[in-house]
Amino acid sequence: MEQPAVLVIGAGISGIQASFDLASRGIKVYLVEKSPSIGGRMAQLDKTFPTMDCSMCILAPKMIDCSHHPNVELLTYSEVKEVKGSPGNFTVKVVKKPRYVDISKCTGCGICVDNCPVEVTNEFDEGLGMRKAIYMPFPQAVPRAMTIDKENCIECGLCEKMCEAGAVDLEQKQEEIELKVGAIIVATGFDIFDPSQIPPYGYGRHKDVITALELERLLCASGPTGGHLVRPSDGKVPKTIAFIQCVGSRDRRHGNPYCSSICCKYAVKDAVLIKEHDPSARVCIFYIDLRAFGRGFQEFVNRAKTEYGIRFIRSNPGEITYDPETNGLSIWYEDTVTKKIENLKFDLVVLSAALIPRKDVGDLVKVLGIEVDPYGFLKSSSSISDPVDTTVPGIFACGYCLGPKTGDIPDSVSQGSAAASRAAEVIVGGK
Amino acid sequence: MKGEPRVGVFVCHCGVNIGGVVKVPKVVKYTKTLPNVAYAEDNLYTCSEAGIDSIKDAIKKYDLNRVIVASCTPRTHEPLFRAACKEAGLNPYLFEMANIREQCSWVHPKEPEKATEKAKDIVRMAVARATWLEPQTEPEVKIRDSALVIGAGIAGMTAATTLANQGFKVHLIEKEKEIGGYVRRLYKLYPTMEESSEIIEPIIEAVKKHKNIELMTSTTIEEVSGYVGNFNVTATKKDKKIQLEVGTIIVACGGLNYQPPKGLYQYGIYDHVITQLELDQILKEGRLGKPERVVMIQCVGAKKGEIRGYELESFPKSDTAKLLKKILRAKKEEGWPYCSRICCMNAIKNAILIKTASPETDVIILYGDLRVYKEYEDFYSKARDLEVKFIKILEIVTPEVTETPDKKLKVLAYDMLAGKEAEFVADWVALSTPLVPHKDEVILARMLKIPISPDGFLMEAHLKLRPVDTMMDGIYLAGVASGPKDVPETITSAKAAAARAAILMANKKMKSEAIIAVVNEDLCKGCGRCEEVCEYKGIKLEEAEGALIAKVIEAQCKGCGVCAVTCPTGAISMQHFTNKQINVMIKAAIGG
Repeated sequence: MEQPAVLVIGAGISGIQASFDLASRGIKVYLVEKSPSIGGRMAQLDKTFPTMDCSMCILAPKMIDCSHHPNVELLTYSEVKEVKGSPGNFTVKVVKKPRYVDISKCTGCGICVDNCPVEVTNEFDEGLGMRKAIYMPFPQAVPRAMTIDKENCIECGLCEKMCEAGAVDLEQKQEEIELKVGAIIVATGFDIFDPSQIPPYGYGRHKDVITALELERLLCASGPTGGHLVRPSDGKVPKTIAFIQCVGSRDRRHGNPYCSSICCKYAVKDAVLIKEHDPSARVCIFYIDLRAFGRGFQEFVNRAKTEYGIRFIRSNPGEITYDPETNGLSIWYEDTVTKKIENLKFDLVVLSAALIPRKDVGDLVKVLGIEVDPYGFLKSSSSISDPVDTTVPGIFACGYCLGPKTGDIPDSVSQGSAAASRAAEVIVGGK
Repeated sequence: MKGEPRVGVFVCHCGVNIGGVVKVPKVVKYTKTLPNVAYAEDNLYTCSEAGIDSIKDAIKKYDLNRVIVASCTPRTHEPLFRAACKEAGLNPYLFEMANIREQCSWVHPKEPEKATEKAKDIVRMAVARATWLEPQTEPEVKIRDSALVIGAGIAGMTAATTLANQGFKVHLIEKEKEIGGYVRRLYKLYPTMEESSEIIEPIIEAVKKHKNIELMTSTTIEEVSGYVGNFNVTATKKDKKIQLEVGTIIVACGGLNYQPPKGLYQYGIYDHVITQLELDQILKEGRLGKPERVVMIQCVGAKKGEIRGYELESFPKSDTAKLLKKILRAKKEEGWPYCSRICCMNAIKNAILIKTASPETDVIILYGDLRVYKEYEDFYSKARDLEVKFIKILEIVTPEVTETPDKKLKVLAYDMLAGKEAEFVADWVALSTPLVPHKDEVILARMLKIPISPDGFLMEAHLKLRPVDTMMDGIYLAGVASGPKDVPETITSAKAAAARAAILMANKKMKSEAIIAVVNEDLCKGCGRCEEVCEYKGIKLEEAEGALIAKVIEAQCKGCGVCAVTCPTGAISMQHFTNKQINVMIKAAIGG
């Protein structure tokens, strides 16, 4: 009998690692990704802490290695609709959504994009930039092929006319395929908490109050501003920047009781990046507890303080107010030592918004029959001894879909490899 | 190589990383004027699928027989571009990389004109070398499908069973008499409060019963030689020598709880100043009773500099040991610089245990930052519900511990919220000390030739993307060997290490680098200097036709080149880095 394959759902760094490890040891992998390209959240980041590696530079080779592997069958723009069976013998229905572009023909040349008359906000840039109705999410996208966003497409047919490869197919239909697999790995990642749920911070009202992921796009060379940090309201270079930590984390009133695990680390990294962009900028981080755990991170925080002069204020600010005359923002906070209410003025305020379960994770959880924890993240069968096993045998999980226990990128990679081990135990060893 | 060299050059903008400084189109225009260049273009990202396809297309379309990518570092990207060449039918060793990012645009961001000129120089040098590149074949290495796991704590045992369950033979070596390691000594584990025995006993049973695991306790490793896929291990059990042949090695040597030196917070002077680990034992044995107050001090010996003494005397006196001594001696004065990750939860766990057994006992935790990350926040809330008191102290003012006349302990600390020094009289003071590297780590690191990171733990191959790999092929890290981890994190990393080791063993073979030393037997005088200087035992003298001749052991040679520069007769050259290739680069650089 042929060795069963493994289904991996979600092609962020964790899913890519799991797929690559399994494929490299000779196990066939179906890697299903909901969006048009693999890469996940890591593709959106500018640099990674504490080594300051350019995120895309270290991710892109992995994306290509994984997608080119002869044992990996990539199913992008696809979703898992039905799962039946038991470990060693699952039957999975996957829906391939119509891209309206034939990926075997599309060369990614971009002529269609140049000619498309419809501009919409770019979700990859967290809504800060624009894209066309026919688009590739980012330059290093895999597969390198366009996708037509039918919701915004006006069906003018220009792309079809201009495409030299004849790749545009406006009649493309949704396809359903059936896969037989022996094990399943879920790696669907996270969403970002919407800070407008905390009205005093004015996110959504004040243009210069942004989330950390939005900042990441503003700092990124391939982002909407070409890597120039300018504030959204007037395009000016901000001179004073504040970070507010625990926005929606450790907050039972508005958000979630848990600690998101990564925000202290990325805020310190972003603060240092801002100082590297503009040494004259003044950067300040409002925090409750500075959770700089993890290899090399305490040392990084020390450098942020001594070398870069980042100011750390221990306080959870109550309100951000806007002054229309100066187009500036004021953060109101209690100095926890003097117990006085103070305020400081800033040009740009960055909210370190919590990481939350993916909004659509409920559908997948139902399809797989697995359980979630009280916050909506996937539940481990034993949080101590079986961290990457879900509550259903033969179905494993890795990455942030398991919740903040995952923490950062190395944790996601480790879990990806660990889930690959568990799946291999089922496929090869029957355990 | 048949025919004239036809070099194709791909100059990468790397978004604005290069393109924002270096005028890439100018570099391309210049490149087209260089001898032997048949084609040149620029790419926004040469490493994107578009760039890769472009390389492959150009090789065919322009009949290229050399390819250069002028972009970033070969360390991350050479394998990718080599693979692209290979897919297009070109020998991957006919690829050359010119680094115009790390060595140009990143270091000269304020001088775009000069940087552009420098980028041209770098490309010209690469073109000069590329014309002299030759195709190489990578030696194939057989991989034995058995593994050695060093250390039978929870990490080693997990890694061993994970591999054994996949049918691989595992030799699990533990130097202590009993297996189970650090976790076995603990009482309860956070956050579920399961007894550690509930977690560890089933794993111990599985290890002992598994037909694919050969467990050797009271055994120490003496020597490891060989290379990926073919490691030869010498171990001793009592006086008996054991020889093992394995394909991969997983290091799971664990860590130690930092033992404060006598006098630090009066530890070792007053009996009731103890470490959290000792408190754990006292709680396990139910010896704490119902004290009035317990004070816990966080980050003792972590994150800051009050450490005195870390025993180094047992290290062998070699250069490596000397170097490490320096690191460790600096730590001696400054303390362990890192955050040990687990101590906050550990303190809360013990606080909850005390409060549950004796609700009247006042438990105070003095901390700088409370790092109860993840969903452990709930665990923290639970402690507060039980009225455990958390007091944020100013860390630079080290708390003082003294004895009161009635033989209690007095802790003086600077309470940040109160803005003044505060005094707590306690029956017990528990010090939260970090997990620190096992001293065996230094010995193992030297034996296995894997580097130690600045924090003293074994170093992974890449902090972000290769957390369980080492720089040595076939050797992996599991658990605390690579830094502090809690139990679930340790188990995860052990399973991850097993996955990485399984790849090699399942394939039964791998290709190794063709960048190795080559001996010109006519020039070799058999002096043996090369054998003396080789760190990897990759070259040795052999008798041939009555004379001694140096011979390279291909799979063991790392291509470092030390033998080549040592050889007095110039008999050794480096494949893929020949003198000719380097000389033409120098000439191209200085315009000779």
